[in-house]
Amino acid sequence: MSSHAISSPRTTGEPGERILRYTLGERVNHWFAALTYIYCLVTGLAFWSPYMFWLAVLVGGGPTARFWHPWFGLAFTVSVFLMYRMWRGDMLTTDADRRWNKAIKHYIENDDQDLPPEGRFNYGQKVFFWLMFYGIILLLISGLGLWFVEFIPWSLRWLRYLAVTVHVVAALATIGGFIIHVYMGTAMVRGGFTSIIRGEVSTAWARTHHRLWYEQVMKGTSPQK
Amino acid sequence: MSQATLSIRRISGHAGAAPGDNVERDYQVCKLIDTTTCIGCKACEVACVEWNGYTFTETVFDNSYQTMPSTAWNYWNLIKFNEHEREDGSITLLMRKDQCMHCADPGCLTACPADGAIVQYTNGIVDFQQQNCIGCGYCVSGCPFDIPKFNPTTKKMFKCTLCVDRVSEGLEPACIKSCPTGCLHFGSKDDMKDLAETRAKQLRENYGIEKAGVYDPAGVGGTGVIYVLHDATNPEAYGGLPKDPHVPWVVRFWKGPAKWIGNLAMLGGIIGVTLHYFRYGPKEVHPAKDGNGGQP
Repeated sequence: MSSHAISSPRTTGEPGERILRYTLGERVNHWFAALTYIYCLVTGLAFWSPYMFWLAVLVGGGPTARFWHPWFGLAFTVSVFLMYRMWRGDMLTTDADRRWNKAIKHYIENDDQDLPPEGRFNYGQKVFFWLMFYGIILLLISGLGLWFVEFIPWSLRWLRYLAVTVHVVAALATIGGFIIHVYMGTAMVRGGFTSIIRGEVSTAWARTHHRLWYEQVMKGTSPQK
Repeated sequence: MSQATLSIRRISGHAGAAPGDNVERDYQVCKLIDTTTCIGCKACEVACVEWNGYTFTETVFDNSYQTMPSTAWNYWNLIKFNEHEREDGSITLLMRKDQCMHCADPGCLTACPADGAIVQYTNGIVDFQQQNCIGCGYCVSGCPFDIPKFNPTTKKMFKCTLCVDRVSEGLEPACIKSCPTGCLHFGSKDDMKDLAETRAKQLRENYGIEKAGVYDPAGVGGTGVIYVLHDATNPEAYGGLPKDPHVPWVVRFWKGPAKWIGNLAMLGGIIGVTLHYFRYGPKEVHPAKDGNGGQP
């Protein structure tokens, strides 16, 4: 069992040993974000195209979907801001990221042995984090404009049109990130999906995908997460 | 309406032509508002509220005769008063009955995402179907006249129906019925345009009101409510009647090309990651001990 590895600041790096990658709080918040985002995605797509309006029927019908969409959006916003508090430091771009980004071709083509080592999060994960962070800020502001559209005076009606535009563009951008995120977290990087549920990864996994972070954990210079 | 769609064109086993054959009818209905003969009595406001079964709401005083600043979800018909200064410095009170314009190209309908929440009948009436409305308010962004209003209790949108319930039974709208000066007229679009042009010509030629003209804006394909104005060059003076209304280009783009661009992008993303998996598959985890510490 891995409880020893989790409680100890040092591990030996033995095969089969597991280390903590995500704390319980990080995991719960991630899935809260996932749930609220997917609800907004499903209902938002229903409002986006008549050919996807049936999605609103799946979640209780158009009026119900319309009622909950902004509230789930607010919940997702809270979740993203909590992520920001937890991960802000880990998400800053480093020199390792710049080197890694130059060699991203090897990452895409699964030639990971040719990649420079990365920290707790690789550059792609950081881009996704900031995409969602700035995306939700835009979605929140424009969403309030759509929610309370009648409170935007007629003389400032350009704000109504701006809100529509920004909400659509920001939503599509986050959907693009979401598709890649789900694909990589489930199909492409095996072990990622279980790590965000149970929190642990194997030492081999950590060394393969996040070697700098792995070395810090081994040296005990970084908290195990 | 129901009778209109049930007009018979051909009859089986029938000797001779079908009754009504060869008859051309103008099904397009239209309301004509002659602002030059409006006295601002607000009978139309009262008739509208009464016919549609709403209780009277509190008036909002704003240093004018106007009942409230703008139409409301339960107040679809509002005379807008404007103390207008003429070029010679004299003052005139411009009064315009404001309500849904029943555009031939309705921006509300273009913007609406809910199946069947807004319909346009063949007679030109644009009508909200509250049982299908989801209360999203997109129609507010789509409308070039700022007409749709949200009922916070039922969370549905409301506006003037052009008394579709009366019109479909062969009656004129309630506001028309109540007008004491005859400044409101109702009939086919062609008849109302003729009448409006005749009146505008009369104003120009007999009364010396040189800028008199008809407001039937082409930007929204013409409207089911048209005005005779003393000064057709300045409709904004009549309580903010837009000079060249059209469905906002953002709404057009959003409901047109953006839909296809966005859908193709989303589909492209899904196909892209699927193809990536077919080509490259999942990432390998290197064994923990491979002799050189995992260095390449």
